[in-house]
Amino acid sequence: MGDKRHTTPASDTLALSRRSLLKGAAAAAGTTALGGLPGILQAGQAPAYPKGTKLHLLTRINFIPAGDKLFLEQAEEFGKQMGVEVQVERIGENDVTTRSSAAIVAGSGPDIIMLQNNFPHLLANGLADVSDLAEALGKEQGGYWDLSRANAYVGRQWLAVPYGVLSNTMNYREDWLKEAGYSKFPDTYEELREVGKKLKAMGHPMGQCFGHSVNDPNSWCYPFVWAYGGYEVEKDGKTVALDKKGTLDAIKLNTAMWKDSFDEGGLSWDDASNNRAFLAGSISVTNNGASIYFVGKDKFPDIAKVTNHAPNPRGPAGRYYHMATHSSALMKYSKNQPLAKEFIRWYMDKKQYEPWFIAMSSYMIPPTKVWFEHPAWKTDPKLTPFRDSIKDARHLGYAGPPSAKASEALAKYIMVDMFAKAIQGTSPEESLAWATGELKKIYAA
Amino acid sequence: MPVAGHPSLSEAAPLPSRGMIGAMTRPIRRLRQASRTERREWLFAFILLLPSLTMLGAFVAYPFLRGIWLSLTDAVVGREGAFVGIDNFIKLWNDSIFRRAAQNTFVYTAAATVLKLTLGMLVALMLNNLMGFKRFLRASMLLPWIVPTVLSTLAWKWMFDPTFSIVNWLLFRLGFIHLRIDWLGGPVVAMWSVILVNVWRGTPFFAITLLAGLQTISPDVHEAAAIDGASPWQRFWRVTWPLLLPVTMVVVLFAVIQTFADFQLVYILTGGGPANSTHLFATYAYQLGVATAKLGEGAAASIAMFPMLFLVVLFQLWYIRRGDSGKGGTQWRK
Repeated sequence: MGDKRHTTPASDTLALSRRSLLKGAAAAAGTTALGGLPGILQAGQAPAYPKGTKLHLLTRINFIPAGDKLFLEQAEEFGKQMGVEVQVERIGENDVTTRSSAAIVAGSGPDIIMLQNNFPHLLANGLADVSDLAEALGKEQGGYWDLSRANAYVGRQWLAVPYGVLSNTMNYREDWLKEAGYSKFPDTYEELREVGKKLKAMGHPMGQCFGHSVNDPNSWCYPFVWAYGGYEVEKDGKTVALDKKGTLDAIKLNTAMWKDSFDEGGLSWDDASNNRAFLAGSISVTNNGASIYFVGKDKFPDIAKVTNHAPNPRGPAGRYYHMATHSSALMKYSKNQPLAKEFIRWYMDKKQYEPWFIAMSSYMIPPTKVWFEHPAWKTDPKLTPFRDSIKDARHLGYAGPPSAKASEALAKYIMVDMFAKAIQGTSPEESLAWATGELKKIYAA
Repeated sequence: MPVAGHPSLSEAAPLPSRGMIGAMTRPIRRLRQASRTERREWLFAFILLLPSLTMLGAFVAYPFLRGIWLSLTDAVVGREGAFVGIDNFIKLWNDSIFRRAAQNTFVYTAAATVLKLTLGMLVALMLNNLMGFKRFLRASMLLPWIVPTVLSTLAWKWMFDPTFSIVNWLLFRLGFIHLRIDWLGGPVVAMWSVILVNVWRGTPFFAITLLAGLQTISPDVHEAAAIDGASPWQRFWRVTWPLLLPVTMVVVLFAVIQTFADFQLVYILTGGGPANSTHLFATYAYQLGVATAKLGEGAAASIAMFPMLFLVVLFQLWYIRRGDSGKGGTQWRK
């Protein structure tokens, strides 16, 4: 690389991983100017990249602009140090998977794509093995949360490096709850319904999205079913198990809540609709990430002041969360694989990741356990429920192993439409039978 | 297409016969016998046609054939599939979401086309008879057609927003409603809302094309009918409509093809929801092929619309040809 050779800032804790990384980089590159891996280690320098090399990363638009801005700055810094051009492209979250599929089919496109949920399973054939990098990072940072691992570890290899977890918990207006006579957020779904009834009668209904949108509807529907003892498939990953009394109870309760507690607009909402409705003072409670609170702090301070967060309600079988995980997937077609790995390693390194995590105001839970006790979580106690939720997270397709089948069920909105059908007037039994039938077709294929 | 009381399709468009094959090979024979000058002209014509043929081959024929092949495989994103025969089509046949999408597509196409034709005709007649502001009104009317669909549909999404809908606000202020309408929430209202946006966007195409047709009709014909004592309605029904029918049929043909394969409107407004009540062939094919990575099944869903669309188009083409050849009711070239 001549004058533009770059050495990642020295760090004792990173020395081993640097070697691991370089091994991977050299293996992928096949050779290096200094005579392979020994040469690189001797020189203590990263491999050189031809002038004009471009690295392209595709990710979703975050709700926290400060985090996006910092990430862009970091990418630029990485580009300067490596003598390459780094392009960060942000698109709507609902389009990330489709862009990924199109890129894989075309065999060209971004080098790195931040995939959501368990889509590394769905797109496994188009992703490169990043086990060396993921394992090294996991070791350094106290190990991965189960959910992060479940979504990025496919078969016997890591097909993506976990980047963060987006938690949805209950966002609520403390002032209106107090007006309704409650000093704390209800603990169970039944209690929530009672509170919701009062709130709706006061003109402050709860709000929940049941449209075809990737995050919020799923984050409400999956945990509701799990909390009542329902789940998609048995441990064998083949036998569909949705048709249980618990699932039926969840559908019935949700339909009742729709009538007496919820805002009637939710069937056509997308992930941004409940944010807008909450900040406009139209709804009092919704299941969402911390984005409402952060935008409120910035633009609607009066609303942010009376906004708080609580854990998801509990059902007879427990309290659960579906969380949108984000993982950096290295595309198999990429001609810049060593460089792309280097970049992932760069932004996951504590030196870069920590300021980004702080800039994101704890909006995204880091994928590894070392961050659980980070002081940033203590700066605002209102955010604690988000941090704690990771412990009760379940992967899609529970109780079976993580799989592409579960991704397909998610992409087809089977669970969401089961609830939506019941809301629209189909009987809960028929809605459940429909969803079970659809899942059987998916899992039998 | 045997229709009672009408000539059969084979009469209107006979299958290639020995004579036709002869006619098709005639140019080749003529080329062999042609003089040098004629051969040069042929070559020149071929060179002129080559870009179009290349474009058609690359962007129409190849994707179409590739789509057919994919629909017969179990291809997923990142893996070439193996041949599975008609398995994907059998799966679709048993797929309740696909059946719903098929039903939705027919309702969507029929309702939107009829409404666009009616409104387009009214607008065209109005513009044809206007005395002032003709250019301004014609340009304004084309706006929905000119504005990129994605942008205008996003604007409609905002107007249909259950919480902030300006449509609801207006209706409420005018006293027409007391409770807000969730335009994209109920299965029926969502479908009609999507149709409304399609009609809004597609009406200018009908209007401007029909207006062009109207302007080719000689005023003498109308004057003659008026002198004979025909009322305005009779003049429209007995004079304007028959003379405009060829143009109308062509516009309807284009509109049916476009509407049947519509994607953008539904994808942006509802994503096929709620509970798949607005999924169309194209949006469901996209969901299957791209969002769930099952390229084979997605291609099958996409190809499945072809025979149905082909039959509709074939009928329309037959009807147009029927009129063109002077058989039946629409003898517009007399």
